[in-house]
Amino acid sequence: MSERQRQNGRRYGRRLGGRWKWHRGILLGSLILFFFGLIALLSPLLSPYDPYRIPEKLQAFSLLSPGADHWLGTDLLGRDLLSRILYGARISLLVGVVVELAVTPVGVTIGLFAGYFGGKIDAVLMRITDAVMAFPGLVLAIALTAVLERPGFLSVIIVLAAVRWTTVARLVRGQVLSLREAEHITAAVALGARKGRIIFRHLLPNCLAPILVAMTFGVASNILSEAGLGFLGLGVQPPTVSWGSLLAEGAVYLTVKPWLCIFPGLAITCTVLGFHLLGDGLRDIFDPRLRS
Amino acid sequence: MEPLLVVKDLKKYFPVKKGIFFGERAELRAVDGVSFEIRRGETMGLVGESGCGKSTTARLILRLLEPTAGEVYFGKTAVFTANKEEMRQLRRKLQIVFQDPYSSLDPRMSVEEIVGEGLTIHRLAKGKEKSERVAELLEMVGLGREHLGRYPHEFSGGQRQRIGIARALAVGPELLIADEPVSALDVSIQAQVINLFEDLQKELGLTYLFIAHDLRVVKHISDRVAVMYLGQIVELTESDELYRNPLHPYTQALMSAIPAADPRPKGRRMVLEGDPLSPIHIPSGCRFHPRCPKRFDRCDKEEPVLREVSAGHWVSCHLY
Repeated sequence: MSERQRQNGRRYGRRLGGRWKWHRGILLGSLILFFFGLIALLSPLLSPYDPYRIPEKLQAFSLLSPGADHWLGTDLLGRDLLSRILYGARISLLVGVVVELAVTPVGVTIGLFAGYFGGKIDAVLMRITDAVMAFPGLVLAIALTAVLERPGFLSVIIVLAAVRWTTVARLVRGQVLSLREAEHITAAVALGARKGRIIFRHLLPNCLAPILVAMTFGVASNILSEAGLGFLGLGVQPPTVSWGSLLAEGAVYLTVKPWLCIFPGLAITCTVLGFHLLGDGLRDIFDPRLRS
Repeated sequence: MEPLLVVKDLKKYFPVKKGIFFGERAELRAVDGVSFEIRRGETMGLVGESGCGKSTTARLILRLLEPTAGEVYFGKTAVFTANKEEMRQLRRKLQIVFQDPYSSLDPRMSVEEIVGEGLTIHRLAKGKEKSERVAELLEMVGLGREHLGRYPHEFSGGQRQRIGIARALAVGPELLIADEPVSALDVSIQAQVINLFEDLQKELGLTYLFIAHDLRVVKHISDRVAVMYLGQIVELTESDELYRNPLHPYTQALMSAIPAADPRPKGRRMVLEGDPLSPIHIPSGCRFHPRCPKRFDRCDKEEPVLREVSAGHWVSCHLY
């Protein structure tokens, strides 16, 4: 391989390499996410207190304001808020990522089939998608949680995934519909390529960029949804903490001890912002107009 | 001599819905009874304005679209009734080069993958042998083996078109359909690509169906030319004869629109009046009559048929 060719890069990924550096959104987003990821991973090491232990002299520790001993204060049961947020990061991030990972293959498959085969298959798949989308998400979530009997980590993931796949399916179907008319797909058909080859060698690789972008936004929206469920008491159950359940607990004291909501809220906001910055940046990078 | 390709009364109607709800159904007659033959080794030009059905004809011949009616024979094989195995063989022998050099190459594939795809699909070569074969093909179209690992966006329009040609040649086709292969290119590049087509024809004994809307391009490359209007062939003859002696008023109008290298005005420009063509509302009688400067009372009542008015010169017009 000549040096020049090496520079041009055989792999697509390497050509993107140069652009990661100058894109501020991606840089900032990645930093934020790296920070929260690290927190979630190392929460047992970083936490100054046990997030679950209720101190013996409860009255002395209940609802403390932020201070030297408890940087972010304590909750009604005297538990350190900072420790609880650190531990909550694990659940919130995990839910966000796991739901997205579970939902993407399903949504992609449905979208590919609906978009490529069209006709009746498309009509049936998309009407199902529409039906799920048309149903108010929260109502569906409550109903599903009721069916699943015990709310908890698993039920949160099932409930969020049950709604989230529709967005992915829609996105992929749209991509496939426009790609299907592209001449390079026609060229592959003219060469005698079978359906499998068209779908997996041509359509899927060309959908990957928007899918990746959608995944980052998706994780953000899952974190928010988890917080919403947690707030309604349908999220993970005590003693497990997530940012959503922290918000729910703090809401009672919103007027007198606002930090109980502010700090978990900030954690959610920052993480969501991080994913959005990353997603925006990826979208910029994958924009064909930027490929010179 | 036995023709390589026979197209018989080919039709393709697309259903279109008018109105949002309960709209009446209409049909778009993209191709409406096209017949012609291409002899082995010749170049057949197909001209006509945008929307007249040239590309649809090409896609029907390749069976990329299913026809409404008609037959296409490639050699002795009936294309539309071919079974799986016959179709596999046909896909090798019939290839196409597309108009848009940007959308016709998969942006996620390297040149080696693009050009080598046909080799893989038909199990003609793999591994090192495949790379070697792709490199040869690239050299054949004026590129080099140093381009193997590059991606489409690194090339100019002309180079991309050469990659598209190499991809089509990879499977060893006999008939190459060129669907406006140069109309998206700069004029200076057009000549190079057309010369490439001519060189390849000599070298590989290819037969071409060359679609274009630029008459100069078609004149240069074609042995015979068919002129299409609203889904039908209105005139078909030897290239020289068509340019010397255009018979159909539509052909005459097209000819008068060719810009001359000599700026001094020679003939008069024949400007067509009336609405541009709509394949949904096809006029009665001769479908060109609303725009025809030579129409007479018979034209809007009776549909003319394509007739041989002199040796090898076919025209569909009541004047002859």
